[in-house]
Amino acid sequence: MREPLPSTGVAQPTEASPTGGAITLSVVQLDALLQAVRADGCQLVGPTVRDSAIVYGAISGVGDLPAGWTEVQDAGTYRLQRRADDALFGYALGPHAWKQFFFAPRLKLWQATRQGDTFTVSDEQPPPPRLALVGARACELHAIAIQDRVFLHGGFVDPDYAARRDGALVIAVNCGQAGGTCFCVSMQTGPRATRGFDLVLTELLDGGHRFLAESGSDRGAALLGQAGGEPAAAGDRAAADQIVARTAQSMGRAFETAGVKDLLYRSSEHPRWDEVATRCLSCANCTLVCPTCFCSTVEDVTDLTGDHAERWRRWDSCFTQEFSYIHGGPVRASARSRYRQWLTHKLASWIDQFGTSGCVGCGRCITWCPVGIDLTEEIRAIRGTDGAAPQEESR
Amino acid sequence: MLAAVPNPLAVQPRRIRRVVQETHDAFTLELDAHDGGHAFKPGQFNMLYVFGVGEVPISVSGDPAQPRTIVHTTREVGTVTRAMRALRKGAALGVRGPYGQPWPLERAIGRDVVLVAGGIGLAPLRPVLYDIVAHRRDFGNVVLLYGARSPEDILFRRELERWRALHAVDVSVTVDRAAGAWPGHVGVVPSLIARAPFDPPNAVALVCGPEVMMRFSADGLRKRGVRADAIFVAMERNMKCAVGLCGHCQFGPFFVCKDGSVFPYERVQRLLDGREI
Amino acid sequence: MNSVETLEPILSAHPFFHDLDPHYLSIIVGCARNVRFRTGDFLFRSGEEATQFFLIRAGRVALEVSAPGRPPLIIQTVGEGEILGFSWLIPPYCTVFDARAVEATRAIALDGTCLRAKCEADHSVGYELLKRVAQIMQERLQQTRLQLLDVYGQRT
Repeated sequence: MREPLPSTGVAQPTEASPTGGAITLSVVQLDALLQAVRADGCQLVGPTVRDSAIVYGAISGVGDLPAGWTEVQDAGTYRLQRRADDALFGYALGPHAWKQFFFAPRLKLWQATRQGDTFTVSDEQPPPPRLALVGARACELHAIAIQDRVFLHGGFVDPDYAARRDGALVIAVNCGQAGGTCFCVSMQTGPRATRGFDLVLTELLDGGHRFLAESGSDRGAALLGQAGGEPAAAGDRAAADQIVARTAQSMGRAFETAGVKDLLYRSSEHPRWDEVATRCLSCANCTLVCPTCFCSTVEDVTDLTGDHAERWRRWDSCFTQEFSYIHGGPVRASARSRYRQWLTHKLASWIDQFGTSGCVGCGRCITWCPVGIDLTEEIRAIRGTDGAAPQEESR
Repeated sequence: MLAAVPNPLAVQPRRIRRVVQETHDAFTLELDAHDGGHAFKPGQFNMLYVFGVGEVPISVSGDPAQPRTIVHTTREVGTVTRAMRALRKGAALGVRGPYGQPWPLERAIGRDVVLVAGGIGLAPLRPVLYDIVAHRRDFGNVVLLYGARSPEDILFRRELERWRALHAVDVSVTVDRAAGAWPGHVGVVPSLIARAPFDPPNAVALVCGPEVMMRFSADGLRKRGVRADAIFVAMERNMKCAVGLCGHCQFGPFFVCKDGSVFPYERVQRLLDGREI
Repeated sequence: MNSVETLEPILSAHPFFHDLDPHYLSIIVGCARNVRFRTGDFLFRSGEEATQFFLIRAGRVALEVSAPGRPPLIIQTVGEGEILGFSWLIPPYCTVFDARAVEATRAIALDGTCLRAKCEADHSVGYELLKRVAQIMQERLQQTRLQLLDVYGQRT
């Protein structure tokens, strides 16, 4: 199992740490590399255009990638837009996170059959497919590492997550442009991918469409060794560095992380929660698009005869009314308390629970919130009026 | 290549040996454990599954020295517990566990122990009493303060009497309301704290019951001079996985299923004072 | 029958008069006498003139409400170290509940009229007494409110 990434808040090295020299690949050579991965028994999953967005799904090669597409996104808005070139990774992030491939949205945990007074339980699972992630961004690698801490290193190992994670190949991409809501620089999770990948690509367009490829593991080095590319020219390395530097300077948002845990812990009665509660719809979009949210629920179902029962796990969200239900009613009955719970967990409690922030600065929650709630703005507002007491007069 | 990770979430069917109606809405199930016995520590809970209906967390209420029998006492408060009550002797109940942090009885060795129980909260404390009684000389004064809704809701009457008569446990029972024939205390359980016979600076207190009752009892214990780090409470939250993964039981930064359900009062006091935490 | 001189140490030993200046104690003791009740005796019944303020020394007293056709409903019990009776202090000085000894009970009974007269004559005596009564009233009110919450009841 790959070693988890260091906690956000620790300075990341600015250069990649390759285990071999950088190679330049043409688009054709990249496709050949992907086909070799498929031939080895891995299912490719990567970005593709569907339903007016760039989402992650099964792909069969570079032909399925969103060539020539980018997106324009900001709080509460996302639109695809055509590029002037044919860049394969010329966008930032869509609504999907990689978590759906390791932390299955729906999973049958076991099935049971009644037998007289008792019942038998069977939890045999078919082996999950071996996956190859194509196009993972630096922030997403951090998010995967964060979920590794939850599902593998939290005191209990989730066997399904472990099985899916085991042997997954990760082909990362250094971002060539920042998204409208990105703040990986503030969270120290990008834009350059430094760890957690087998291969990392930087897409170069000027002077011919090609990729600077570096390995991050023995498996990645072996793939590169057979890919047939040329050792990278110094000019290509410099161009790649410039692209990443330019991305780092065009972040859509900024976020001050210093002291945010203590700020939130002491602000449970801050009036800003009342304010955001007038806007938050408790729609749970933020938790669905967030690459680190891990809450789930369990459903016990039975067939009409009542003799066969199944237990299913499915994604859940702390924004639902019944999430905190204990006999009589929910502990968090108001939207105010549920928004406060989500944000406090994500940015504060997570640090005490798992040693890092739960946020990687991907900005998806800002883009996909139907009313455009921006957590960087919420924290700025709480900081700005730190210690404010709730208003006495009624609204 | 499947990772060879065993699944400790597997539900085991266990046969019901006995069903006891304790009060009008509280009942006890005694289950046969497997041959190795279902070992647990006082304060831990199992997840109990009724076939095809659902699963709930219930504290173990039996004797830790008798792991061959799994004992649970609960009230009928929802779909699953009502379905549980309808099960007959011989039927199977799904069990997985035990989970959670136990009562830290080792902290009380050589000291006075004050147990403050409210309503069904006496059930998760009963295993502690079995432990104390089995090692009575390890402890100083042992006081049980128990509040119930009415005399008809008092649990484990015979055991209360036995602990009082034979095992030097000072048992005080109070009820919120009573009709004329009741010769005992009427009033809330925190009101028993002021005059209970124990030495506050040398005491460990274990408190279990509805949150309101625990807060006021902890307050009363502190006023009497018990140290905040010597008071322990048992929290309750919605649970689905019981292993700290589903996120439902979070209470501030704590997962009640694995960081609790027993917590030192001083660690959770600020959270208890908050609303909708 | 104890002479009034021997009741001072008994009064000062009772938690209600804990730390009361001996000067005030010597004024109040003139209103005090020892009383005993057997199980089932009533210390007072509702609707009577409220004449006494009790310091319970041992035993248990139930404050209850009777209603026709059903057993009386006990609101609260008071025992050793506690006090019983506020109506002697507040016009129209009329009892509201029944007070029944549920076990053999020993108490100090302070005559209400006598106590009120001492308080009127010397307001500092009155202030000392009222400070203590107010504290007990606050505790009783808090406890009663907790009882009202019915925390052990079924949640709807």
